[in-house]
Amino acid sequence: MTPIIQVSHLIKRYKNTQTNAVDDISFHVAPGEFFVLLGPNGAGKTTTISILTTTLAPTSGKIEIAGHDLVNDSNGVRESVGIIFQNPSLDQNLTAEENVRLHATMYGLYPFRPAYWMMPRAYKDQIRELAEILGIQNEIHKPIKTYSGGMKRKLEIIRSLIHHPRVLFLDEPTTGLDPVSRRSLWDYLTQVRAEKETTVFLTTHYLEEAEQADTICILDRGEIVAQGTPEQVKANLVENYLLLDAADRDALRQELRRHKISFVELPLFKIELNGNSDHHLTPHQLLKMIDTPLTTVKIHSPSVEDAYLAILKAHDDDHTNANPH
Amino acid sequence: MTTITQTQTRTNLAPKRLGKLAVNLNAILAIAYRDFLKLLRDRARIFSTFLFPLIFIGFLGGGMQATFGARSGYNFLAFVFTGVLAQTLFQSTALGIISLFEDRANDFSQEIFIAPISRYSIVFGKILGETLVALPQGLGIILFGFILGVPMNFAQVVGLVVVSLIASLYGGAFGMMILGMVPSRRAADQLFPFVFLPQFFTAGVFVPLQNLPLPLEIVSLLSPLRYAVDVTRNVFYAGTADFDAVVLSPLWVNLAVLGGSFVVFMFIGTLLFVRAERNR
Repeated sequence: MTPIIQVSHLIKRYKNTQTNAVDDISFHVAPGEFFVLLGPNGAGKTTTISILTTTLAPTSGKIEIAGHDLVNDSNGVRESVGIIFQNPSLDQNLTAEENVRLHATMYGLYPFRPAYWMMPRAYKDQIRELAEILGIQNEIHKPIKTYSGGMKRKLEIIRSLIHHPRVLFLDEPTTGLDPVSRRSLWDYLTQVRAEKETTVFLTTHYLEEAEQADTICILDRGEIVAQGTPEQVKANLVENYLLLDAADRDALRQELRRHKISFVELPLFKIELNGNSDHHLTPHQLLKMIDTPLTTVKIHSPSVEDAYLAILKAHDDDHTNANPH
Repeated sequence: MTTITQTQTRTNLAPKRLGKLAVNLNAILAIAYRDFLKLLRDRARIFSTFLFPLIFIGFLGGGMQATFGARSGYNFLAFVFTGVLAQTLFQSTALGIISLFEDRANDFSQEIFIAPISRYSIVFGKILGETLVALPQGLGIILFGFILGVPMNFAQVVGLVVVSLIASLYGGAFGMMILGMVPSRRAADQLFPFVFLPQFFTAGVFVPLQNLPLPLEIVSLLSPLRYAVDVTRNVFYAGTADFDAVVLSPLWVNLAVLGGSFVVFMFIGTLLFVRAERNR
């Protein structure tokens, strides 16, 4: 399938700076995919998403979104995408409905009318539907100021979906939301993805949000340091291991040596489950081989967070070695 | 019958959109109307916009009429009134355009700038919006003028409303060009006094510009506000005895300069602003 987002050799250097904020990155996103761009603050996430959404010009590189060239056909790109910015972009002086109406008019869905009652039937039906989804049938004509943070975010998402974007960009959408709002927003997004098959491009530094992604791309200092499914990212870069301990540590040590199982004493006995050793054992197989009575058994299976931290640390070390101060 | 089918197909089909030109025209109106709604909801702002012109016309015009009026040979109150009308509207929209910086700060402008419409439509919508905000001020000033005893008939009032529209739109384009040339709100705030205060004099808002020495005449000819003020007096004094004593250039000259520089200001301003926004 042709990718819906194709980025090749994207470079961005801000004016009057010495280094590239985004340094020669390439990736592509398949239609309907849930793509997550992860990275610490200052990694270049917002820079990347700003370029992809046409609010910032790239220094060099080629980008195509939904078949439109980003530089030569920005309005083509703008028509095909919806964007949720890091900071709320609703007009506080307007009501929820007026915000949605302004959006709908700017995207050419309906002609301009100064008041709600003058709008066509189809629009009113749509608004009724949106209000129902949000559960704000009574507040839809009240100023945004009265809405909660989670509500505003949802409204922004709904607003950005009314022109049926093929890609929805979300730049750290859950920052500053309480856990309940975050969960509810998340459920709503999952539902949208399932119903409309919209491609979702998300930047975040909440790692649990990345667990559900189809593809994770980890950005650090403007470079891609890891990319793949969450499983691949975890498997390639982080170890699965077992931690054991016994009252009779000598016996355990000898037994492990006899079975040619390599281990490190931390002081707990750490045994690699994949990767480095020539043994590829499941924890179950391994435990069956040991007769010494064990006092501790711990399986370490990494989360995306472990992978992420390990990857960033490795990248950090590379940098320190490359430029010793 | 259609409602149900529409709901069903909406999820899968791309929505029907208006043609390019229609989208842009509608977007201009929508962006402009948003600014107007904002004014209607901000009572304090409506009130404060009337205060400044009242002080100017009432005290300055009244005071000067008392001191110089007799010697100049014409009604000084009316002279200052027409000058302040054009100046206030010009400045109001120019300063209003600066709210594009404010929108950027509270991130609403992003929503406008990602819309699939021409950048010129965005800027023109913004100028039109600030014009809608300035016009009620213009009406207020005309009303004050009337109360303070500036002699005017119905035809003159209609003429003033028309030139008010021109002065406002023109100020918007001028503000856009300034906006395109400065990097931040702070820089704009620092620059604005230098751009506006001298024009109080070089454009002849309070002081007559007849018989200026050549260097000052050149400065005056380069002041954009001069043409907005002069077109206002052109209309207000048309057919009166004071016309020749007050008006500087013929109507067509003023209109040609206003029209030409409107296009240039808007074109350059938009280009610079959009470039500055994207090429950071």
